[in-house]
Amino acid sequence: MLLKELSEAFGVSGHEGAVRQLILDEIKDLVDEHHVDALGNLIALKRGSLKARRKVSKVMLAAHMDEVGLMIMHIEKQGSLRFRPVGGIDARVLLATKVLIGDDKVPGVIGVKPIHLLEPKEREQVMRVQDMNIDIGASSKEEAERLVKISDYAAFDTSFSELGGALHTVKGKAFDDRAGCVVLVELLRESYPFDFYGAFTVQEEVGLRGARVAAYSIAPDIAFALEGTICDDLPKKRDISPTTTLGAGPAITIMDRSVIADRRLVDLLVDTAEKNGIPYQFKQPGLGGTDAGAIHLSREGVPSTVVSVPSRYIHSPVCMLSLNDLDNTVRLMREALGKVHELDLSRPQGF
Amino acid sequence: MKELIKELTEAFGPSGSEDVVREAIKKHIAGRVDKMRTDPLGNLIALKKGQAESGVEARKIMLAAHMDEIGVIISHVDEKGFLRFARVGGVYPLTLLGSRVVFADGSTGVIGREKPDKPTDFPTIDKMFIDVGAPDKEHLTRKVGDVASFVRPFVDLGKRLTAKAFDDRIGCAILIQTLLELKTTPHDVYFVFTVQEEVGLRGALTSAFGVEPDVAIALDVTTTGDTPEAHPMAVSLGAGPAIKVKDRGMLAHPGVKNWMANTAERLGLPYQFEVLERGTTDAMAIQTSRAGVAAGVISIPCRYVHSPSEMVDYDDVQNAVKLLVGLLSGPVEI
Repeated sequence: MLLKELSEAFGVSGHEGAVRQLILDEIKDLVDEHHVDALGNLIALKRGSLKARRKVSKVMLAAHMDEVGLMIMHIEKQGSLRFRPVGGIDARVLLATKVLIGDDKVPGVIGVKPIHLLEPKEREQVMRVQDMNIDIGASSKEEAERLVKISDYAAFDTSFSELGGALHTVKGKAFDDRAGCVVLVELLRESYPFDFYGAFTVQEEVGLRGARVAAYSIAPDIAFALEGTICDDLPKKRDISPTTTLGAGPAITIMDRSVIADRRLVDLLVDTAEKNGIPYQFKQPGLGGTDAGAIHLSREGVPSTVVSVPSRYIHSPVCMLSLNDLDNTVRLMREALGKVHELDLSRPQGF
Repeated sequence: MKELIKELTEAFGPSGSEDVVREAIKKHIAGRVDKMRTDPLGNLIALKKGQAESGVEARKIMLAAHMDEIGVIISHVDEKGFLRFARVGGVYPLTLLGSRVVFADGSTGVIGREKPDKPTDFPTIDKMFIDVGAPDKEHLTRKVGDVASFVRPFVDLGKRLTAKAFDDRIGCAILIQTLLELKTTPHDVYFVFTVQEEVGLRGALTSAFGVEPDVAIALDVTTTGDTPEAHPMAVSLGAGPAIKVKDRGMLAHPGVKNWMANTAERLGLPYQFEVLERGTTDAMAIQTSRAGVAAGVISIPCRYVHSPSEMVDYDDVQNAVKLLVGLLSGPVEI
């Protein structure tokens, strides 16, 4: 399964090569052109069947290849490794997790003090990342240096597996945004009337950096970012909104911190979902940021929105999603893209 | 000009929902400009072409005022039909208590608050809700994603005016009035009414890329230090339009700043310099567009910015128009 392969691949921001290679192998026979740009974005073009210039003739779909992870900053005398996060990671999820370091995938664990030794005060505190260390079982600095070097990346060591059930739940790491990558690969299997640019971007987790330059070079008429997004649907005490709910279908973004979605695209997605009986939900407005934040501000502006696969526990060693949601995201996007070239994106001029 | 200000400030236009404001502006400037277009994000870009004058170097000037205002967006509908919301732009929770909001279709909602744990607790957005008077969830027509703005009518207090959204409809009104009063200009002047300033100068960023100006002037409001026990700031209502020196996001181009001050002196217009510790404006995004743009700001001193009842001085507004007409009528001296 492509999601399994991509989830288990190593691709912390700035080091997306392994993910890119997997995707390239999957899409190279599906597209007319592809290239890797200066920052490492994989940009694939599938030419449109319609030759006549339409109002929407160039559509960009973006999914980011990178995941959050760690970088080795220092090797201690005893051979343990100090590190810093790459991208947003809550320090509380790091303790006692397994990681793989560098291209040789050296296994390590993030050390934790046994509960027996914790002072009462320490039990109520969160350990700071700069005070944690990765233990690779080395007995000295020299031994550690033979295995890893400063600046090596570390990724969570999490195997993918299927939990099943009515929602066809799976667990694994980096569903943010390997889920989006899978959706984008699936969409590339179809033909479209417009020029379809699939951008597998780098460095989203550190500031939407790949998407910014990819959008500049593509200069699309409209764009969709495909994401694995926050899902906090576990029971709450108060009647307040979950960001998204697992199994409730693709999540459509209206507004987050990085973008106010173009309403015409949101309306298209909603109409498409309702006409085709595809479940959908709105992502709770105001939270998170995605590649669409950079893409919609490219050049003279690009009407954009985001469609996401809800994923529990993102930015941690293990996430969970529903394959139903993943399939429905592909279905929704496929149906909506079939209509997108008919959109009239001009605004009333009037005078 | 007060009718124009009333119309614009009372129009509905939170960030991302500027259509009503844009259509109102179009109506006022139609026939006064040589070209007009709306760009992909919704910025209205109107060009008044220059007429060559011997000895005057023609420049490409971008004037920017943002159409959007702060507001709220529904994030959740609860089982009883109360609406939870998030903010669109910098809304202070304190200004929401006791307020009414209006949606795009004109329907009204009231802001309510959960019982605080202590009477002195500071209100936070996550403990507030909008009550649209629906007896239950079944009768509710509102949904997640609907956007609302403050309700507050314009009031003419004589020399001073109060309304919602002077930030930045007063800038829009000044640009429109300038266009009406400007007879000829040697420069190609782009009047740009931008979107989404309040959520991060987004419209200014893309419109500046499209216009590619030599020089830019943003029109916006600034805070003042002239109210009781105010944070110290050397800007007062009625002391003239404020020429920005710096804010948190930008340093004004010194040439543009001096050109403005010299022009005000020459025309005998009052002016003051502005150093703003918090906040920034469209000029910040324009300044770093493409290879860089010489950018400055004319600010209208405004009390109670980002509250439902902002206040400006009408003389400052009229003097800003005179200053802008003066700047555009002669050579750009930067």
